[in-house]
Amino acid sequence: MSDFIEEALRLSPQNAPAWLQDLHEKGRQSWKTRTFPTRKTEAWKYTNLRSLERGAYLGEPRFPEDHEVSESTLRGQFEIAGLNATVLVFVNGHYSSALSSRETSLPEGVELLRFSEASDRQTGQIKAHLGSVANREQHMFAALNDTWLTDGVFLHVAKNTRVDRPFQIVWLTMPQSEAFSLSQRMLMVMDEGSEASVVEHFVSDTAEQNNFTNGVTELVLGANTRLNHYRLHLEQENALHIGGVHASLGRDSVLNSFHLAMGSTLKRVDVVVNHHGEGAECELNGVYLPRHQQHVDYHTCIEHAVPHCTTSEVFRGIIGDRARAVFNGRIHIHPNAQKTLAELSNRNLLTSDKAEVDTKPELEIYADDVQCAHGATVAQLDEESMFYLCSRGISRTEAEVMLSFGFINELVEHLEHESISNYLRPMLADLFAQDQRLVRHIA
Amino acid sequence: MLSIEELHANAGDTEILKGVNLEVGAGEVHAIMGTNGSGKSTLGHVLTGREGYEVTSGKVTYLGEDLFEMSPEERARAGLFLAFQYPVEIPGVSNMEFLKAAVDAQREHRGEEALDSVTFMKKAREVCKAADLDQNFLKRGVNEGFSGGEKKRNELMQMMLLEPRLAIMDETDSGLDIDALQVVAKGINALRSSERSFVLITHYQRLLNFIEPDFVHVLSRGRIVKSGDKSLALELEEKGYGWLDPEVA
Repeated sequence: MSDFIEEALRLSPQNAPAWLQDLHEKGRQSWKTRTFPTRKTEAWKYTNLRSLERGAYLGEPRFPEDHEVSESTLRGQFEIAGLNATVLVFVNGHYSSALSSRETSLPEGVELLRFSEASDRQTGQIKAHLGSVANREQHMFAALNDTWLTDGVFLHVAKNTRVDRPFQIVWLTMPQSEAFSLSQRMLMVMDEGSEASVVEHFVSDTAEQNNFTNGVTELVLGANTRLNHYRLHLEQENALHIGGVHASLGRDSVLNSFHLAMGSTLKRVDVVVNHHGEGAECELNGVYLPRHQQHVDYHTCIEHAVPHCTTSEVFRGIIGDRARAVFNGRIHIHPNAQKTLAELSNRNLLTSDKAEVDTKPELEIYADDVQCAHGATVAQLDEESMFYLCSRGISRTEAEVMLSFGFINELVEHLEHESISNYLRPMLADLFAQDQRLVRHIA
Repeated sequence: MLSIEELHANAGDTEILKGVNLEVGAGEVHAIMGTNGSGKSTLGHVLTGREGYEVTSGKVTYLGEDLFEMSPEERARAGLFLAFQYPVEIPGVSNMEFLKAAVDAQREHRGEEALDSVTFMKKAREVCKAADLDQNFLKRGVNEGFSGGEKKRNELMQMMLLEPRLAIMDETDSGLDIDALQVVAKGINALRSSERSFVLITHYQRLLNFIEPDFVHVLSRGRIVKSGDKSLALELEEKGYGWLDPEVA
């Protein structure tokens, strides 16, 4: 066993509640048999985990009692103006009631709680679904999440409940005296006919971070449900995150899932969508923006197991400086998944000749009556568009900023929640230019 | 305003312009006519500084300056405007953002303050209306999903907002129905002044029914082979271009 595999096992909690012990055991059994990924491991071919091994993230996450940062500053890291969400905030994995707004009464038909608060009935519900979507055999870091699990967030929307107010789950990290590991888990269960929106929001207070976060989310969409899901990875420079979103889509359900990753030392997110019920629809969009020496890796996998489902997937990245991005998009159409409609597009812009992207769309089709398309491109900014802007007097530098922003903004401007677009736009614009004068027309 | 002397230019390895001479004075409207492949559009591209064209010899002076010493954005800031034959679509960048950036760039060049957003919005709405475009075109991506006619009217809107000294209209009439053609012509006519000049590049005489040119030139195989007044356009309408082709005549 490699050092990391062994050390990680030692971090498995000793006195977990009885109802979680079974999951722990399964996680440990699975994790133990793993070998640490190397360049020869297909799923990790382009993503090196040296920083995880070297970082010795062995400390326990603590609630930063005596931090000097004021509450309002922390709140400024995650507040989305106009979203009017029910907010649950965790600081280094610990729930902060001061920063959260859950207490302002939940709508009828909604349960939002930590696993540690669950009643017997609720633990029963959690146990029934937890680990049922995130496949620990296929995703070793999901096995690690099972192994480390102490607490998590459970969100349940009852049958035919339409929740207008979005849920925002914030995972805020702050540095500690020693490097530490953090396990985060969310389980969302939507009963038949329900509708909701949820934002998973990962932020850090400063660029100096010394945590490794393993964040796994499971989304269980019942028949005729509709979920707007956002997963925003805004953790700064030194943060490490390896996690995933695993969704199961029931009959005629609709999942709109938007992903965004600002770069940091290492971010790896696996997005897995399982079409389990006929007529399910998935729209999956994502944006990644690594720069400096950052590394972002998105692995997406859409399983079409039944007929008449649709997938539309668009991921775009802008990679600058010496950064590296990896995109692996797999669509797997099983033999009986007839009448599947699936499209996957991945476009990348390299803004430096030292930047790198490894993109690989994979279509595996075992049914004959399907419509599928996929494509991946890597390019520089379009010269025709550059000339058009310049021919109106706009400087080349500003035109570059506007076009880079536009490339990403195409996916951001049409989000279901305009307040989230408005929250992200200035942040994204700032990425492309330090000089405010260059971004004043776009954000 | 604009003086072109013995201009030779290549597109790739092919010589397209083979010694063009043209003088455009302030307030004048010149029509440049010719068949496809005669070099009309290349002339427009070379004047605005598009990549892919190489000037091999000749000289172009704009407002007393050597035009080829100026970058495309400098030319634009000095009041040179090209209405594109095929305007590009730029999704993700809104028309409004684009127009404001262009107006501000030109104002700053003239040492003026950037327009505040309220004043700008008011102006933008006015030109939008004058170009017969719905207000929501300001919010959409630059030319994104616009029809051919809408793209041309978007070019017109930009011209009205930027108020250039010299506007080169590259086949602005092509693909327009008669109503849209009248909107565009009306817009151009409204901008005519003793200070502002136009070069209308066109294949057909049709546009000139609505915009009366001071001079008409025929470009053929990279050279201006005949110049005259507006009656030349009517003659071309009647006789075609064949009689002017130096290789044929």
